Amino acid sequence: MSRLVVKDLAKSYGETRVLERVSVTAAPGEFLSLVGASGCGKSTFLKIVLGQETATAGTLTVDGRPVPPEPTTDRGIVYQRYSVFPHLTVRDNLVLVADLKHGGPLARVFGPKRRTARDEADALLERVGLRHAADLYPASLSGGMQQRLAIAQTLLGRPKILLLDEPFGALDPGIRVEMHALLLEIWAEHRMTVLMVTHDIGEAFKLGTRVLVFDKVRRDPQFPGAYGATITYDLPLDRKTRPAAPTDAGVIPGPVLQRSA
Amino acid sequence: MRLVNARPSKGSALALATLPFLVVGTLYVMASMDRLAVNPDDKLLPSLGQMGAAFHTLAVVPDRRSGTLILWADTTASLVRLFSGVGIAATVALTLGIALGFIPRVKATLGAFVAVVSVVPPLAVLPVLFIALGLGETAKIALIALGVGPVMIRDVAQRVAEIPAELVVKAQTLGGNTWTMILRLVLPQVMPRLIVAVRLALGPAWLFLIAAEAIASTEGLGYRIFLVRRYLSMDVILPYVVWITVLAVGTDWLLARLSAAAFPWAHPREAP
Repeated sequence: MSRLVVKDLAKSYGETRVLERVSVTAAPGEFLSLVGASGCGKSTFLKIVLGQETATAGTLTVDGRPVPPEPTTDRGIVYQRYSVFPHLTVRDNLVLVADLKHGGPLARVFGPKRRTARDEADALLERVGLRHAADLYPASLSGGMQQRLAIAQTLLGRPKILLLDEPFGALDPGIRVEMHALLLEIWAEHRMTVLMVTHDIGEAFKLGTRVLVFDKVRRDPQFPGAYGATITYDLPLDRKTRPAAPTDAGVIPGPVLQRSA
Repeated sequence: MRLVNARPSKGSALALATLPFLVVGTLYVMASMDRLAVNPDDKLLPSLGQMGAAFHTLAVVPDRRSGTLILWADTTASLVRLFSGVGIAATVALTLGIALGFIPRVKATLGAFVAVVSVVPPLAVLPVLFIALGLGETAKIALIALGVGPVMIRDVAQRVAEIPAELVVKAQTLGGNTWTMILRLVLPQVMPRLIVAVRLALGPAWLFLIAAEAIASTEGLGYRIFLVRRYLSMDVILPYVVWITVLAVGTDWLLARLSAAAFPWAHPREAP
């Protein structure tokens, strides 16, 4: 549970402005859905929060401290693809977390520590429904199973902030609903701060406690790169008063749908 | 059915694969019989029997002068040189390639240098090696290592650079630092590729080996071929060429099996 504060963030690639004047505060335990048209900079924003990219201007703090300009264990990430290590079995993908954190220069824990790490891994695999696949390599798992593993692996790192970059974008609708349930359960358990980029408006409203819409407010037709995108809508969703999670795009306010479709 | 869709069955595929070998073999035997019928002392196309006899002598009859079994002495000498050279090249390629591909400052420092060195023709440097290192084993091993090393370094570096950025970032969010990521992410992912690079490098490595042995040596497969060339001993040269081919194919097969056994994740189709 951590507070993320972003102030006046901007990002340019050469002449092209991608983001400008992005300011947002995420309270501890909030679930922010980031939506917007393709190429509007929401993934870039997520990469900046992650430390994979550095902002051109502005500040970014977690619990009041500026975040270092490289990825750290504070922030966990689940990508749409390439989220697990193909050369390790499912179980070893999880044991790797202990190896990297406590394994020292050999990057491997031994003896009782290893047994603990294995037991913890197996318990978590049971939890996400992958216990039977513990000894398989990720390549032989389905897309949904790979993402379950990716989420489990990220959770083991115990990040303060969980970042999700279109985590369910490549999955079948049925599997996606299962993954939503799993993610909501995990979020309810750990109450970590979550930022999720998605193309699926229904998903954004179903999962998030707040939906942020990224879009450009100024456009220059002669020079499309002149202005960057910013947060144009910040929609808090009061989960308690909402009767049920909307499941399709029908309940979503018009302008958001148009902008993000 | 269109040609592109007509797939041979296993049996016919085997028969088709054998066919070119049989054709070449038959043509050789016919040509050899023709020439030997005209002149029984012809040396250019010896019969299978003559070649077998020569090969047998080299393999099991001790040399009258040195007392060694020539074929095995030659094979040992050549393979030691070959594997030393390729082994050194592979070790350097692994360490330098990972550093180049993974650490931006190393790439900035050495990238252009390695790129330039890798286009220097190794055989043009051979005289330099003989002058600097003498005519012994060192120069021959150095030629092989220099000949195949730079390409392997660039190949490994390229493969390391191709590791998805997502994996590198993810490893960092799980607590990895540069060293532990090399150990647990880069090294295992690049090893199968290194084996492929070694398999591809063995072709040029044999070339450099035979070239070095032809110029200055007292034993070795390449040395023997060039020695008996003076006497037009095709009955020795041809079996030696076949023997070298068998060694090369065998090495390649072993490396492929090693990769499949050690890195099953990199060979999804062959995995059980």
